[in-house]
Amino acid sequence: MGNFVFKLPDIGEGVVEGEVVQWHVSLGDKVAEDDSIVDVMTDKATVTIPSPVAGVVSSLSGDVGDMIAVGSTLLEIDVEGSGAKSESEKETTESEKAEPGSKAEEILEPEPIPEPEPIPEPKSSIDREPVNEPEKQDLEVPSKVQSPSSRSVLASPAVRKRAREAEVDLGSVRGSGPAGRVRHADLDAFIAAGGAISGAAPTSYHEKRTEVTPVKVVGLRRKISEQMTISKSRIPHFSYFEEVDITELESLRKILNATKDDNQPKLTYLPFIMLALSKIMPDHPECNALFDDDNGVVNRHSAVNLGIATQTDRGLYVPVVKHVESMDIWKAASEMQRVSGSARSGSASLDELTGSTFTITSLGREGGLGATPIINHPEVSILGIHKAREMPVVVDGQILVRRIMNLSSAFDHRVVDGADGASLIQHLKRMLENPALIFM
Amino acid sequence: MNESLKCQVLVVGAGPGGYVAGIRAAQLGLKTIVVESDKAGGTCLIRGCIPSKAIIHAADRFDSLRKHSTEEGHMGLSVSGEPEVNMSALVSWKDSIVERLNKGVEGLLKAAGADLIKGWAKFDGPKSCNVRTSDAEIRIEAENVILATGSSHIDLPFMPCDEEFILSSTGALDLDKLPKSIAIVGGGYIGLEIGCALAKLGTDVTIIEGMGSILEIMDKEIRRPLELWLKKHGVAVHTDSLARGAEMKGKGASRKVELYFERDGEDHKVKVDKILVTVGRKPNTKGWGLENMGLRMDSSGRFIRIDRKCRTSIPGVYAIGDVSGEPMLAHKASAEGEMVAEIIAGHKREFDNVAIPAIVFTEPEIVSVGLTPNEAKERGEEVIVGKFPLAANGRALSLEAEKTGGFIRVTARESDHVILGIQAVGSHIAELHGEFVLALEMGSLLEDIAGTIHAHPTMSEAFHEGVLKTLGHAIHIS
Repeated sequence: MGNFVFKLPDIGEGVVEGEVVQWHVSLGDKVAEDDSIVDVMTDKATVTIPSPVAGVVSSLSGDVGDMIAVGSTLLEIDVEGSGAKSESEKETTESEKAEPGSKAEEILEPEPIPEPEPIPEPKSSIDREPVNEPEKQDLEVPSKVQSPSSRSVLASPAVRKRAREAEVDLGSVRGSGPAGRVRHADLDAFIAAGGAISGAAPTSYHEKRTEVTPVKVVGLRRKISEQMTISKSRIPHFSYFEEVDITELESLRKILNATKDDNQPKLTYLPFIMLALSKIMPDHPECNALFDDDNGVVNRHSAVNLGIATQTDRGLYVPVVKHVESMDIWKAASEMQRVSGSARSGSASLDELTGSTFTITSLGREGGLGATPIINHPEVSILGIHKAREMPVVVDGQILVRRIMNLSSAFDHRVVDGADGASLIQHLKRMLENPALIFM
Repeated sequence: MNESLKCQVLVVGAGPGGYVAGIRAAQLGLKTIVVESDKAGGTCLIRGCIPSKAIIHAADRFDSLRKHSTEEGHMGLSVSGEPEVNMSALVSWKDSIVERLNKGVEGLLKAAGADLIKGWAKFDGPKSCNVRTSDAEIRIEAENVILATGSSHIDLPFMPCDEEFILSSTGALDLDKLPKSIAIVGGGYIGLEIGCALAKLGTDVTIIEGMGSILEIMDKEIRRPLELWLKKHGVAVHTDSLARGAEMKGKGASRKVELYFERDGEDHKVKVDKILVTVGRKPNTKGWGLENMGLRMDSSGRFIRIDRKCRTSIPGVYAIGDVSGEPMLAHKASAEGEMVAEIIAGHKREFDNVAIPAIVFTEPEIVSVGLTPNEAKERGEEVIVGKFPLAANGRALSLEAEKTGGFIRVTARESDHVILGIQAVGSHIAELHGEFVLALEMGSLLEDIAGTIHAHPTMSEAFHEGVLKTLGHAIHIS
């Protein structure tokens, strides 16, 4: 048996480290070539890394939540046959180095993250926590140290056994015995009350809730947390709000949707806003830019690559529609649906998740008047759009019912002045209120 | 002859962990195979706990006989003539006990319906192994595997055991002749238990301990009576001393072995009949295919990593006893074995014990259950501590158990009087430990013990009094 050392491959785009989000294999598992091994999250995306060889996993490096540097050992696989070591090691190193761009897609094949680990053959054992979860394992040692700790529940072995069988967490049962000892009667009462009331003799039905549930900030959540911290601590935001009368836009949208071909996507407001932005950006180059603040350079982009903030089951993703300036309304709509769809399903490629120059976030499916969106660093502008609704509006001295949409925006005041930001939004407002301009 | 077997539970090792797991699994109706290369019973039964206790008991008897055979006698009882030790007869008597227990274990496994295969298992995958027996190679494929391979003696590389002059505990329990002198390298509980017994039998005992004191696992107060006993009985104790090597001296019957050791940078030597090396035990992780199973080891790399259900990193593979971590104690292994069998059978179990008792069968005996006062304080507990001397207990006096300066010490949380730990030292004290552990497992308060009548005259009254003392109102001590 040769030993194949698998190192975290260079997955391109300047990624230098990845966070282990989930292992798909345990020590001793047999893996076939291309079986999923591990989900690793980088700055850009979560990718599932497949096994380059077949064999038996002989060591894993890193627990969930650990950062692994590119090039450091991720796992070792015992490979059948001799001489496999040097050969396969060499092979990967070469292929890693070859063309990070094209290779990345081969290696990376992103997949939805939280495929719950298949609980392995619990025919007879009640596997609730898989053994390879490090947090659980940490309990192992203290439990065997001979001591009643101050945190442990005071209860006799018979009570503990009954509780385990009834799947009752004794910590949530109030003990009526001395020093809070949980007696059989306490457990009886707890079970009889369906676990709702703790203790044998409840004195109040409005019990104080004291439970604290620690949730580890790992994976995407940690990425979001870091990204938000960078954005909010580095960028002096200024926010700007406006309301837009989209009555005209709404009629145009309705006509287009009513007359569209079957193979054309149904239009929401978003493609119109995207198109309008792409149209006006040449007049506002300071807003369609990336600020390399470490080097003091603002890179103004001529391409309008719009990040579309997308809420997924796993958290916030920002897939990107590239070169909106080259699109018509239908193309913009279908591209937007496609990339946000792949973000939701978890199949977005690295390319689809990077390269935006400006971000749009839809804040208002449920309502809401305004918000202060956080700029997607290193971008310099972000636009939030709110739910449109019918409003009484004074037009030429008369109260009319008009369709109004609120816009919230934020700009990096280091490189975008208030007047510039306001000017972009006002220009956008003109376009949206007179939608013919979008198409001229 | 080659055959192939399938089973629901394969237990590797028939020590106190493995045989208990095997019996319980079979009781629960699981098709169970236990593989053991030696006699059933394991280190504990064959060459550890039980044999040493037999010899310790015999040594105690001999020590009494010697007192009675002095000119003035003892307790008004005198024996004429010198008592003599016939070591090989003593060892056969010990062997008869081991034999009985070994047959008992094999009978119990059989009665429960577990198959015991005598042979050496070698795994080629997590749940498959070949067992080499005396006349066959048997292939076993199991749905569940319980690894209970135990631990073994650690050799000093510069003076490996030959079991003739340099002994492990196994050799020390199988002597054909009482050595006139012995040097024991390692003053842990194994070396001290055998050392006390040999000292009682009349051997000159020298103990070489690398740490600052013998029996480092116990606190100073608890160690003190043992240290005094050793001093009084002429046992030379060299602490902070490192064994450096051994050399044979002399020829034929007068052949001896010289032990070199270093203390405070100075070289010392002692010439003895035998050297006993008891520097620790290591989990048995080699030679049976562990490397082919792909199990994850614990952070020390020594033990198989397990969780509170004794599950390893591979589903369906469990590890219990010495091979899966400290404390390396037979009763821990048995408790785990029973638990794992039940888990495999679908019961909801978890190792949630409050305490694993530890006992040292020296003279005097030492018991520790739960936290010591210092450990409790280190955990941030405000504690109250009470101590009751055996010298104030009538039954102890009548047994002469007070002569070794023993006492019972109780530690409780000050705020709610929950008992956190009990340590005791004294002759015959070991048998009291059951109540100590029960008190901890039941979550007892001082008041629970105080409110329990303890029969007079027994040594267990000393526990009651120790608790009263902790509460501040012991009766038989001011």
